[in-house]
Amino acid sequence: MAGERIPLVGYLVLEPQPHLVANECESCRARFFDRRNACGSCGGRSFAPAPIATTGHLRAFSIVHRADPGVRVPFVSAIVETVDGTTVRANLVEVSPDPDGVRLGMPVRLVTYPVGIDSEGTECIAFAFAPVAA
Amino acid sequence: MTESVWILGTAMTRFGRHEMLDLVDLASEAALGALDDGGVSVNDLDVLACGSLFSANAGVGQQLLGQIGQTGISIYNVANACATGATAIRVALMAIRSGEASMAMAVGVEKMGKMGLLTSSPKGSKAAEVFEPSGRFGSVRSVDGILGTKTMPGVFGQAGMRYAHDHDGVGFDQFARIAHKNHLHSTLNPLAQYQKKFSLAEIKAAPMMAYPNTLLMCCPTGDGAAAGVLVSGERLRTLSASQRRRAVKISASVLTSDPYVEGGQVQPDVNTLTRNAADAAYEQAGVGPEDLDLVELHDCFASAELIHYDNLRLCEPGGAGDFIDSGAPYRDGSVPVNVSGGLISKGHPIGATGVANIYEIATHLRDEAGDRQIPGARVGLAHVIGLGSSCGVHILERSAA
Repeated sequence: MAGERIPLVGYLVLEPQPHLVANECESCRARFFDRRNACGSCGGRSFAPAPIATTGHLRAFSIVHRADPGVRVPFVSAIVETVDGTTVRANLVEVSPDPDGVRLGMPVRLVTYPVGIDSEGTECIAFAFAPVAA
Repeated sequence: MTESVWILGTAMTRFGRHEMLDLVDLASEAALGALDDGGVSVNDLDVLACGSLFSANAGVGQQLLGQIGQTGISIYNVANACATGATAIRVALMAIRSGEASMAMAVGVEKMGKMGLLTSSPKGSKAAEVFEPSGRFGSVRSVDGILGTKTMPGVFGQAGMRYAHDHDGVGFDQFARIAHKNHLHSTLNPLAQYQKKFSLAEIKAAPMMAYPNTLLMCCPTGDGAAAGVLVSGERLRTLSASQRRRAVKISASVLTSDPYVEGGQVQPDVNTLTRNAADAAYEQAGVGPEDLDLVELHDCFASAELIHYDNLRLCEPGGAGDFIDSGAPYRDGSVPVNVSGGLISKGHPIGATGVANIYEIATHLRDEAGDRQIPGARVGLAHVIGLGSSCGVHILERSAA
């Protein structure tokens, strides 16, 4: 079974083009990335999958230097607002992890990369955001 | 007309590393101190509310009365993240307002030791042998450090940077100045965990935890307890003149949780519930931010204090950067904030914090704060917020008697 790929989280879709998908409330359109019991905004019970835009801008960040054992530091933790108005948290990559390398408001795009292989050879694929080339 | 509720007695232990004292020692010291301060005994209490976050299932309230007096009263053990102490105060207050009690004690206590970095993700999750989606997000392994951070210095760093994104005049220097202020204030507080002044340059050069928060912009973990004895207005009238004179009125008591906002489940929104709590508290008390003589707010990180200037309406909307730059929240400024040293330097034994900031405000309103007294203080506000989420705001007023 070598060569298979699995997304890091259920809301990352790898094919045909990598993108995120939210559970969208059918009554108020609130979007959630987790499994839902009901809508946290309006209490609605019906959800439909909503693909999320893969570009957006950097709304906030922190450059993390201390973390739990096994977490590689420093890394840039980013809060991104996608062009369709959805908030997403992920690392910001392809930047220098210092205050000069990261600019609030900078345009970003979704990227994917491998973060490990299990004993059956399945590769885990994560997502991140990277600056949009000027 | 709702029954008025007053603080009759209050006390706290010094915050810090109490290696020789256990949780019940700390709680007892604060509780006995508050009873003595109020001139009453454990036999006078109708209700005990005891807050302790990391020992929430240990029956700390029962253990406490086991040491200081098993009177058989109702005990409510509460846990509500960093608002645990404020929740204990509110439980005591609601017991009095309901008419079931006329005197109640709230105790907050925590023993954290050197716990290290707090995070909202589970500790010690290891990569599985075979990837299998699990949990609400269908994740196949720990996402911390891959999908951003859930550690507290980073989460609150992001909250501060989001404010910087939306408003001018906020950056590393403003966050550093807040830490400078709180460390400076703590030099006058003998109960603070740290009482050391640092220069702006030292604060900025301290080890980076999560930009923009350096080590000196982060609260420490620690041990400590605080307690308050609350009494109804009706019962207070039966007490002595000196008890009545020292009593402090609780003019507002509010607890909120997160209302839904877009993105609030991705990056915790510490603003909306704080704004809601502050607005409700001002309304209840019939005072405005301009009436406050001092404020103790939840500066778990320097980046958190900055945004709460705006959330608590202490500054012009969007003007938190100018507010700290102007010196307004220093103890000699127009709105002294965290004259105790705040969580950053006084310390943050979680369950104790929301009672300790009420102790601080009450002590100033009684004109008993010694070297750190804000002269003539009549009205003060105490604020705490816990992620997950809970926000407590109390407004206290000096007795008119």
